[in-house]
Amino acid sequence: MAFQGDVSEHVRAMEVGLGSEGSVVEVRRGGIVPGCDGIVLPGGESTTIARHLARTGVGDEVAAAAMAGVPIMATCAGLIVISKEIVEETRFLPLGLLDVRVTRNAFGSQRESFEADLEVAGFDSPYRGVFIRAPAIVGWGAGVEPLAMIEEVAVAARQENLLGLAFHPELTADLRFHEVFLEMI
Amino acid sequence: MQLEELRFGTELLKRGFAKMQKGGVIMDVTTPEQAVIAEDAGAVAVMALQAVPADIRKMGGVARMADPKIIMEIIDAVTIPVMAKVRIGHFAEAQILEAIGVDMIDESEVLTPADEFHVDKSKFTVPFVCGARNLGEALRRIKEGAAMVRTKGEAGTGDVREAVRHMRLIGGSIRSLKGMADEELSKVARDIEADFELVLECRDMQRLPVVNFAAGGIATPADASLMMQMGADGVFVGSGIFKSQRPEIMASAIVEAVNNYDDPEKLLEASIGLGEPMKGIDAGTLGEGETLQTRGW
Repeated sequence: MAFQGDVSEHVRAMEVGLGSEGSVVEVRRGGIVPGCDGIVLPGGESTTIARHLARTGVGDEVAAAAMAGVPIMATCAGLIVISKEIVEETRFLPLGLLDVRVTRNAFGSQRESFEADLEVAGFDSPYRGVFIRAPAIVGWGAGVEPLAMIEEVAVAARQENLLGLAFHPELTADLRFHEVFLEMI
Repeated sequence: MQLEELRFGTELLKRGFAKMQKGGVIMDVTTPEQAVIAEDAGAVAVMALQAVPADIRKMGGVARMADPKIIMEIIDAVTIPVMAKVRIGHFAEAQILEAIGVDMIDESEVLTPADEFHVDKSKFTVPFVCGARNLGEALRRIKEGAAMVRTKGEAGTGDVREAVRHMRLIGGSIRSLKGMADEELSKVARDIEADFELVLECRDMQRLPVVNFAAGGIATPADASLMMQMGADGVFVGSGIFKSQRPEIMASAIVEAVNNYDDPEKLLEASIGLGEPMKGIDAGTLGEGETLQTRGW
């Protein structure tokens, strides 16, 4: 999804992960998503991205693809957009795909943005998470596996073909989450 | 994972915040009501101000940081990031904005400069954006710790020509570095008074090492598209929205234009039925003492 946010960073990271085994297309209008084998929702401003998804109809295409089992990696604003419920949010409706409750800007404003070494289920060494005005997963359904926690909230979670991350794997050179995603395809 | 193991205010976090604004429109607002209009229109962030640049021009006098009360009210009114301006070199105003908890500080030539030195931005946890007219100025600001750069343009005029000129100058200078040997770069660095390592980075990446927005005189969807097609990562719109006849409609139209900047059909759609844009001033008619872009160095 190339509507808004750190799109080029995601494209670059995914191209490194893919090597010669696939290509990345930038989606800013309808009709492209149905031909894709995987979907990435980048970080950016969730209100802005949600507005573009609704206006162009691409949001419905993403939802249909998710139901059909197409893998989705959603980071930061993307996580908010694919969630089932956003705490105290009336400005827009999320797509309702990942069975989680998220809080926007859960850790505070940009002054409180942080980097932290996370213990991630399935990784044999810590993963440096970059959290920028990040959301947090404060509740999740039985089909959701939390992959990383900060105190009592989850910051990474997986539900079958859906991978939701509160941080930005595209801003670091550590591509382990990209590898997890590519293996889902 | 415990909260005390967190690292705040790193370069990665500051530049990363700016990257999240890419492809977006940042709008100047002076009241919580305007901030809500901007958010509803799809702005990625708002810039909280006492008065928009067109009014600052008219009012004259000393232009300072906005009243903290207004900034706090705007922060409470929206969930998107809130930025605010400080005078060039006025690090105490910047400390106050950081204490308020704004998401980004604009060290801006639109306000009356307080010092001949710019703020040492590396000392702050909150990221800064700064204006620049050319590559040397942009790299000096980045060296001081700016996490984002914007063209200065000529704020408050509604005339896009100076923003275009600054974007061309920066882009052209970066393109001219292509293929240069390191020793040639060190002469360029001396000539434009910029850090050698940053010049090297520009040559290799063929772009600025931080996010680069267009600002200063953008007043219509077509202006926004023009700047995006020239390589801007996004746009700031100052007086162009709330000095137009129908701010809600103009705000959405500019957001549409940035999203579809390379699609003339969609641009046409976005440009129809907007009412009058801001009246503006031909930037070419401004006398020497009337330009804002010459503030800062």
